[in-house]
Amino acid sequence: MSTPAAQLEDIHKTYHMGDEPIRALNGFTTTFETGSFWAIMGPSGCGKSTLLNVLGCLDRPDAGRYRINGRDIAALTDDALSEIRLKYLGFIFQSFNLIAQLTVAENIELPLFYLGWHPERARKRATELAAEVGLAERLGHRPYQLSGGQQQRVAIARALANDPVLLLADEPTGNLDSATGVEIMDMISGLNQNGKTVIMVTHEPDIAAQAKHRLVMRDGRIERVEAHA
Amino acid sequence: MKNNRLFRNIRLGIKTLMLHKLRSLLTMLGVVFGVGSVIAMLAVGEGASREALEQIRRLGSNNIIIDGERPDGDDEGQRGEQTRLLIYGLRYADLDRLQTGFPDITRAVPVKLIQREGRIGAQAMQLRMVGTTPDWFKLVDRPILDGRALTGLDLERKANVAVLTEHAARRLFSAARAGLGSQIRIGGTSFTIVGIVQSESAAAGGMQTPDRNTDLYIPITTAQERFGDLQELRSGGGVSREQVELNQIIVEITSLDAVESNAAAIESMLARFHPRTTAYRVNVPLALLRQAEATRRNFNIVLGAIAGISLLVGGIGIMNIMLASVTERTREIGVRRAIGAKQRQIIQQFLIETIVLSTTGGLIGVAIGMLIPRIISATVAMPTYVTPLSVILALGVSMVVGIIFGIYPAIRAARLDPIEALRHE
Repeated sequence: MSTPAAQLEDIHKTYHMGDEPIRALNGFTTTFETGSFWAIMGPSGCGKSTLLNVLGCLDRPDAGRYRINGRDIAALTDDALSEIRLKYLGFIFQSFNLIAQLTVAENIELPLFYLGWHPERARKRATELAAEVGLAERLGHRPYQLSGGQQQRVAIARALANDPVLLLADEPTGNLDSATGVEIMDMISGLNQNGKTVIMVTHEPDIAAQAKHRLVMRDGRIERVEAHA
Repeated sequence: MKNNRLFRNIRLGIKTLMLHKLRSLLTMLGVVFGVGSVIAMLAVGEGASREALEQIRRLGSNNIIIDGERPDGDDEGQRGEQTRLLIYGLRYADLDRLQTGFPDITRAVPVKLIQREGRIGAQAMQLRMVGTTPDWFKLVDRPILDGRALTGLDLERKANVAVLTEHAARRLFSAARAGLGSQIRIGGTSFTIVGIVQSESAAAGGMQTPDRNTDLYIPITTAQERFGDLQELRSGGGVSREQVELNQIIVEITSLDAVESNAAAIESMLARFHPRTTAYRVNVPLALLRQAEATRRNFNIVLGAIAGISLLVGGIGIMNIMLASVTERTREIGVRRAIGAKQRQIIQQFLIETIVLSTTGGLIGVAIGMLIPRIISATVAMPTYVTPLSVILALGVSMVVGIIFGIYPAIRAARLDPIEALRHE
């Protein structure tokens, strides 16, 4: 078996809201195999956002081991974590989070810009990705000129630009109508079928149903894991 | 690759700033006015001080100029009821003492002024003759335009020759150089014009022999012999008589270092032989030069302070807007960090924006600062000079302002927690 995309071992993360400690992750252990497609579910406050932040190297666990592609990231500096995000991770957000002053092409190129790609090479890649998500004609548009579904497709193209090991999606259809949501989910499923590891947080069962595995959380731990029927 | 990324960052900065054109423009104004006014003020100051320095320099920094002062406030002399004799000025003996008693003096040139009526053909006019020696032409740095200067031989022979200023020649004759070889009758003597000397520029100030339009330079020996030391001056209803040996002595000192000590020595020598200290004045162009330069330095320090304050205000304006911009773009910062931008890259991005802002403001300021002096020069005939240094300095300072006032907002942007930033509405 190949190296797991992400491996979490006894992860603890506690926040303090005033004097109240909140155990967002309380000994969370699991392995996300390469090529898998997971939906993380659970009631609000169950720790799924914190899990996604830890997976996304935006947050450091208080205790436990986290490996991406076999690499332990526990003791890394802020710069090194940025580097991990840049090279191995792709984010898809609920509210798309495109940068307003940049065009579609420039948004897609953003990770490549930070990776130091030559602009021509980056533009070529962005053009390919835009075509892949069906926005070849929109390269010069600004985000506000696009519909929500189109914006999310740009965001997906951006998340794919660095060919990430792990694609992290946070309620990717949360801001979309159901028809567009289906479109986007089809696209994400397609990516997974082509080999991308996808971890998606959602609270909508229909959306979660499209993942191969569902992980239901409660109180910072795994409540149950369901495989696709 | 790195430069390329920098270039793209600058482009991105410009693009971001262009999203809010009015805001960016208003933010820049502080720097624009700061830089513009500094350059303009420096240009005016530089123009004025260059003119002053040039005037002083023309007097010769190695020279000391001693003027015999006509006593004024002498009420009896102004009554004009009776003819009385006014004796003042420097003495021939002073000249001798200067020539013999001061080893550092290389030349001492006497100047004796005589007012008379002269005639060219049938035309009569008031003339002022300057009796002097050939050395005068060497000391005052005024080129002979045509003919020749006075010579030692003229002096020895008490020759009836005269050198005319260009102005005088132009007034007395049809063209500036037409007068060469002509005769001017003054009193009973006929002077031959042997040379034309360049006129003193109007700006040269009052220390050197004033250059009236009709100045005529003649050998001092001739002046002594033909006109003597006694002059009758008609003024108003009466006639006043004045006895003056020399009106001025210009002295050249061997080296710059010796100028000031010699000036003091000359002063004390004159004090010994002249009972009234108001009878003479010792002018030291070098001292004036130093004074003018000190004044200019002080002026520049004051300007620098004003510039500093205005740029400070401009910088605070920039910082204010950048802080607002960081808050406004918190989510963008979060997205960039999530994608993998390092803190340093966020700092760079924001810093470049402020530097673009302040440098653009600086450039516009330079344009305005270079335009204003032209307008001033054209409208009020005031000399201005934009020094390249002031432009470079002002631009440099505006960039530094961008860095100083941009660094804090940039660091604040970079230090944002990416999770919080992404959640920011």
